[in-house]
Amino acid sequence: MPEPTITLNVSRYRPPDERVPTSQVYTIPYRPDWVVLDALNYIKDQVDGSLSFRWSCRMGVCGSCGMMINGEAKLTCSVFLRDYHPREILVEPLENFPVIKDLVIDMSDFLDKLKIVKPWIIRETEKPTSEGEYLQTPEEMDAYMGFSACINCLLCYAACPIFGVETDFIGPAALALGYRYNQDSRDEGSNMRWNVINDHHGTWQCTFVGECSVVCPKDVDPAAAIQRLKVDTAKHWIRSVLLPWGKRA
Amino acid sequence: MMGEALPNKKSIEPLWWGLFSAGGVVAAFLVPIHIVLLGLAVPLGWISDAPDIFGHWFVKVYLFVFIAMPLYHWAHRFYFTLSDIGLKSFRKPISFLTYGGAMMGTVITAWILLRL
Repeated sequence: MPEPTITLNVSRYRPPDERVPTSQVYTIPYRPDWVVLDALNYIKDQVDGSLSFRWSCRMGVCGSCGMMINGEAKLTCSVFLRDYHPREILVEPLENFPVIKDLVIDMSDFLDKLKIVKPWIIRETEKPTSEGEYLQTPEEMDAYMGFSACINCLLCYAACPIFGVETDFIGPAALALGYRYNQDSRDEGSNMRWNVINDHHGTWQCTFVGECSVVCPKDVDPAAAIQRLKVDTAKHWIRSVLLPWGKRA
Repeated sequence: MMGEALPNKKSIEPLWWGLFSAGGVVAAFLVPIHIVLLGLAVPLGWISDAPDIFGHWFVKVYLFVFIAMPLYHWAHRFYFTLSDIGLKSFRKPISFLTYGGAMMGTVITAWILLRL
């Protein structure tokens, strides 16, 4: 009996020789315990060393192997060939991003957006180390923990139809991280994030399609974070209009 | 400096979203009740109609919220739907028609209720 095979239809883009992406079909041995990333690595090692893609950890932690698998944003290390076999698998670079080569996208726009939401703990004054840690109750930790699991894999940006038409949109992962730090009891920097969050390209561009939360491999639920940011921002706004002289913290 | 970047008071997007959100709650929770009451219960004779209650100020306030709020829900949703399907360059006239329409509806609702 011949060895079972599986066919991968892989998007290729090799500038400056190619002006537009093309696709290349690879038929390789089928192994039910392989994930799509294993198949890509088999192609790279045994069939075509010129194929380019990002990967690192192989275990859903590093967030670098996100691609479109049959049109859906997935981490290729987390989808098995057996879920598609004997059908062909279409592998494309993450949607909504410029492509550098083959399956490698340019994420510099996201890195700029990430920076402006200041996703780190901001303190007015740092406590000296001799005074010990910043303690939190389990409840205080629960307030942000679920939103802190983001691995910056960008699947949420690839799935977001708003980001697809409005590239200035800050987007799900960056806004969710802004929310995560606003919720952290150790953080005192929420006022410094408001201008970005309250901007038209911040939370207000989100129309709650919710696809970001559907594709998130770490169950971060960015859609919920953004809706909560809308509530917080609307409350701030009402307070600033009704009590313009009051403290708007 | 801390506290430098407070919410931009010039942006009124929180207002439109707040009205959209309030309208969504009204549409989701109250409209189905009225569909059952006015669409089924009264015509099928389960309960009798009570036109006298419309003179009461509390009923008027209730009806005002019930009718006006979902208009803003529609306006906001429709505005974003139209700009997302590619009519971004017509944002100004679309916002005039949607949010303006909702405001017009609010005024007409208040006018009718005050005359009842």
